[in-house]
Amino acid sequence: MGELLTPLVRYYEISALWVRASTTYRASFWMLTIGGFVLTGVDFVGIWILFHTVVSLGGFSLREVAFLYGGTGLAIALADMFVGRIERLGSMIRLGKLDTMMVRPVPLLIQVCADEFALRRIARVLQALVVFGWASAYVEWSPAKIAMATSMVVSGSVIFFALFIAFACLQFWTADSAEVANAFTYGGNTLTSYPLTVFPGEVVKALTFVLPLAFVNWYPSLYILGRDDPFGFPAWTQVLSPVVAVLMAGVAALVWRTGVRHYRSTGS
Amino acid sequence: MSLIDARGLSRTFTVYKRSGRLTRTRTEVHAVHDLDLAIEAGEMVGYIGPNGAGKSTTIKMLTGILVPTAGHLRVAGVDPSRKRRSLAHRIGVVFGQRTTLWWDLPLRDSFELLQKIYRVPPDRFRTNLAEFVELLDLGDLLDTPVRQLSLGQRMRGDITASLLHDPEILYLDEPTIGLDVVSKGRLREFLRALNAERGTTLLLTTHDLQDIEALCRRVVVIDHGTKVFDGPLSELHRQGGSTRTLVVDLVDEAPPIAVEGATTRRVEGPRQWLAFPADASAAPLVAAITATYNVADLSIQEPDIEDVIRELYTAG
Repeated sequence: MGELLTPLVRYYEISALWVRASTTYRASFWMLTIGGFVLTGVDFVGIWILFHTVVSLGGFSLREVAFLYGGTGLAIALADMFVGRIERLGSMIRLGKLDTMMVRPVPLLIQVCADEFALRRIARVLQALVVFGWASAYVEWSPAKIAMATSMVVSGSVIFFALFIAFACLQFWTADSAEVANAFTYGGNTLTSYPLTVFPGEVVKALTFVLPLAFVNWYPSLYILGRDDPFGFPAWTQVLSPVVAVLMAGVAALVWRTGVRHYRSTGS
Repeated sequence: MSLIDARGLSRTFTVYKRSGRLTRTRTEVHAVHDLDLAIEAGEMVGYIGPNGAGKSTTIKMLTGILVPTAGHLRVAGVDPSRKRRSLAHRIGVVFGQRTTLWWDLPLRDSFELLQKIYRVPPDRFRTNLAEFVELLDLGDLLDTPVRQLSLGQRMRGDITASLLHDPEILYLDEPTIGLDVVSKGRLREFLRALNAERGTTLLLTTHDLQDIEALCRRVVVIDHGTKVFDGPLSELHRQGGSTRTLVVDLVDEAPPIAVEGATTRRVEGPRQWLAFPADASAAPLVAAITATYNVADLSIQEPDIEDVIRELYTAG
């Protein structure tokens, strides 16, 4: 357990210092945080407005859509807050920052993710939490459903953690691949913000077997919302999220290690 | 076993070059080729060579940043790229051209963060910090963000940062680049004391032969990825036949000065350039010239590292 905890402690220590450094500019911190909250909030208003003209979206009510939206929103917001900095890997390589991190005794991944940790990214987490909380108020909760919701948020975040890391590793080989990563992470988040019934079956298959983002919110939410799978997948797919998360984390770790061992550094 | 022990160390980079609209050719660049290097604890070694010779690539392999393509490498008994993190506690690295500090944080916060990263015991940290701040004169700068520091101040900050955890080996990649003469002198003084008092092993890459002269008994020269010289500086000068230049400004124009121990290379009006062996003293030369000529001014140019290496080649 200690093996696992130490890096997290290091992450906390490094990020705490960044938080302390950034909150010295209090006004700017609050403006950015509130701005971020409002900006992401507008996102959900779009769906809300949609429901003024339709009663259901792909057979799901506004509250159910909000639950799905909040589920994936929370997962990606947490991933973005804790590992989002990895998007900057390419510029860290170019500026030689990665070299300096490599000669320090803290796991490289921890240093990259904790670098310039910005607490204001919490705005997005709060926004997702508000939507999720509102939708949750209409769920008939049971101990099993609470356990499932917890597992959903944790597994969903880990799946997005893994995606962020694996795609950022492309930058070990090509410096300007940050946009490719965004297409999959934020793009995937947009897709899973809607009930998958609005998409063709191929999309659902792709999100289950290829890029398993359906496990972030869709399958566990079906259980929590008491829905049968509209695509006829067996009920046990709804409990698979933790397994998928562990697999994805494994793949990401492998890609990361390969990337680091193939790292070429810069010219000087 | 030596503290740094490299045998047959090589690093190849595969480079793709566009050769047509859609085709590209693959070439192998041997940044470091078959390098043998043994450095004992407590040594101060100058690692020199022209740009692109493979100095930085070597340092990056020694620190574990780059994985060697071939060869055997042990630093403090471990394989650097596989044991990068445990090795990190025992080494310090200063990259002259870039900072290891955090751009937006005051120096004090950067140091504090490093204390956490390296797990330096608080009392050890306080003693070390106090000592380096005193020696490197950083007292007034501790609350200044790194981006507002001058190059020389930043370098002093970087060196402090690299030493807070008491490393056994300190790698310095072009530590004096861009510094003024006074800063260079102070930095050399500090490094010499560090080696003498703490026994820190120093490996520094540099373009500046005076760095080597002031600090290193041993010089390793690398060119095109291969070691071309390993020995004392005096031996390098002897083998390379390197010369210093005495620039003489005479009061009046004169024919080329004929004096024993030097050859006149160039005459331009009243100014003349005289070459003499780098290991010889300039004093008798100056005395001989001022005895016969009316001299307005004198200055000495140190041999250029590129010249020494070029001559090392043509001589060998």
